[in-house]
Amino acid sequence: MFELFGTKLASRLLLGTAQYPSPAVLAEAVKASGTSVVTASLRREMAGGRGGEKFWSLVNSLGVRILPNTAGCHSVREAVTTAKMAREVFGTPWIKLEVIGNHDTLQPDVFGLVEAARILCEDGFDVFPYTTDDLVVAERLLGAGCKVLMPWCAPIGSALGPVNIMALRSMRGHFPDVPLIIDAGLGRPSHAATVMELGFDAVLLNTAVAKAADPVGMARAFSKAVDAGREAYGSGLLEPRDVAVPSTPTIGRAVFS
Amino acid sequence: MRRVLVKGAGVAGLTVAHELAARGASVTVAEIRGRIGGKASWLAGGMLAPWCERESAEEAVVTLGKTSAEWWERTLPGLVTKAGTLVVAHARDASELARFAARTGNCESVDEEALAALEPDLADRFREGVFFAGEAHLDPRRVLEALAGKLRAMGVIFLFEAGEIAPSGFDQVIDCTGMARADDDLRGMRGEMLILHTREVSLARPVRLLHPRHPIYVVPRADHHFMVGATMIESDHDGPITARSLMELLNAAYALHPAFGEAEIVETGVGVRPAYPDNLPRVKRRKDGAITINGLYRHGFLLSPAMAEQAADLLFNSSADLESENEADRQRRSA
Repeated sequence: MFELFGTKLASRLLLGTAQYPSPAVLAEAVKASGTSVVTASLRREMAGGRGGEKFWSLVNSLGVRILPNTAGCHSVREAVTTAKMAREVFGTPWIKLEVIGNHDTLQPDVFGLVEAARILCEDGFDVFPYTTDDLVVAERLLGAGCKVLMPWCAPIGSALGPVNIMALRSMRGHFPDVPLIIDAGLGRPSHAATVMELGFDAVLLNTAVAKAADPVGMARAFSKAVDAGREAYGSGLLEPRDVAVPSTPTIGRAVFS
Repeated sequence: MRRVLVKGAGVAGLTVAHELAARGASVTVAEIRGRIGGKASWLAGGMLAPWCERESAEEAVVTLGKTSAEWWERTLPGLVTKAGTLVVAHARDASELARFAARTGNCESVDEEALAALEPDLADRFREGVFFAGEAHLDPRRVLEALAGKLRAMGVIFLFEAGEIAPSGFDQVIDCTGMARADDDLRGMRGEMLILHTREVSLARPVRLLHPRHPIYVVPRADHHFMVGATMIESDHDGPITARSLMELLNAAYALHPAFGEAEIVETGVGVRPAYPDNLPRVKRRKDGAITINGLYRHGFLLSPAMAEQAADLLFNSSADLESENEADRQRRSA
């Protein structure tokens, strides 16, 4: 079991709800993944603050917890306003905070992120900040009141997987007691297994599942990879060595030559 | 002779009216507006592109849609352009092309030279593309007007600005009113589009520009007009186009060809596509005996011929198997 803001969650896989071929496929993928939390992007789905209720009632009927996000927000003000709207619409203090700094790479604006995080934490939100793997920014976010961090491992939707293992390792090492969720950049189940082996607490996926040829099969595959990586982390991984080590000792074997 | 009342004069209503009239029914079409074309149908792209659509749709869209171009050509000769679909991406999004080709089918990769031969105005702008030779397109407004004209000639009666009509005068009611129809399973998918006019660009066929976040299509219309579409927003709000959407559509059109930057914006439009949870259309029989055709989503012109045939089969041959296609698809998915 894994706990976020006092809520026990059965699965360490969080799933985004955008870009699926249809809500029916999304529903099946959520079921196949075993996830307990899905993210919801308020901004685009509710044009003019209206409509979209049908889609969210479909998502609500899946019986999983909703983590609203501020996807597509480019300023502190926009992100804070969206977070407040999301709290009203979804009735939860949880908010995945995104403040985008670059339209092209969807890189977080870490300065705006820290500022928005402080405002929202003071307002009683449980903030999940989408951040980079930068340790100093992470510390500032914790200082602003965040209890969870969501570092990227590569740009959103890039499917590159962990591009800077060293940074991820040092992040885990620096914040042993902070729940760390890899938020963006995972492309394949092996990427998810890798970051889980590094000791990250959970992963959040969207494109890799939604845009797969068979999103339901891919959701299942990721779910297994997350479980495998977590169990491997808990079981003590063997460190790599420079020399071959036989699994059966050679000393004591019969010598015939 | 069977007397049938078709409610709604959008693409679903007019195609089923044609199918029924052709099979000998006496058809009346009632439309709440003062003109044919409905709401979403009037704003549609008019692409008959089942293989391209397969990228994000179920296989049923191909099985139900692949004969659509023939249906339109047979029904309204000369109004369908069979020139295929060209899919392009900028060099840095080249992996999107491979992904698109892998998800679809019935297509071929084209190099710089072949691409230039297909669309000379895009030469030097794109180095590779994917060509779907078997696809077609039409101009929704011209086609719906021509279809209405043909229906009148076949004896179909049109009632405009129609209020509630007593079903007692008819043997069968077929409801094709899209989002106006109260159906718990239906949801709205907002779409925003615009029409540009520029003499500086010529295209022979619909062009889709792949982009990880803002994929668009541009469909050529008569006299150097271009329909640019369309956003996909989970919402049934039909208020005016947002600045963000307009900006994204224009950006993408500009990225396809810089001359679109100088084009006139002739029109912007917002419609709401009716969709069922699997984004596939349904022919259903309601408790009161009426047949409904709905949930055509972004496939109105592509799938309404198949839905019209299913509805007509249901009416003329009561043993017709409803939703068999959808059912097969569901089984495939859950297998």
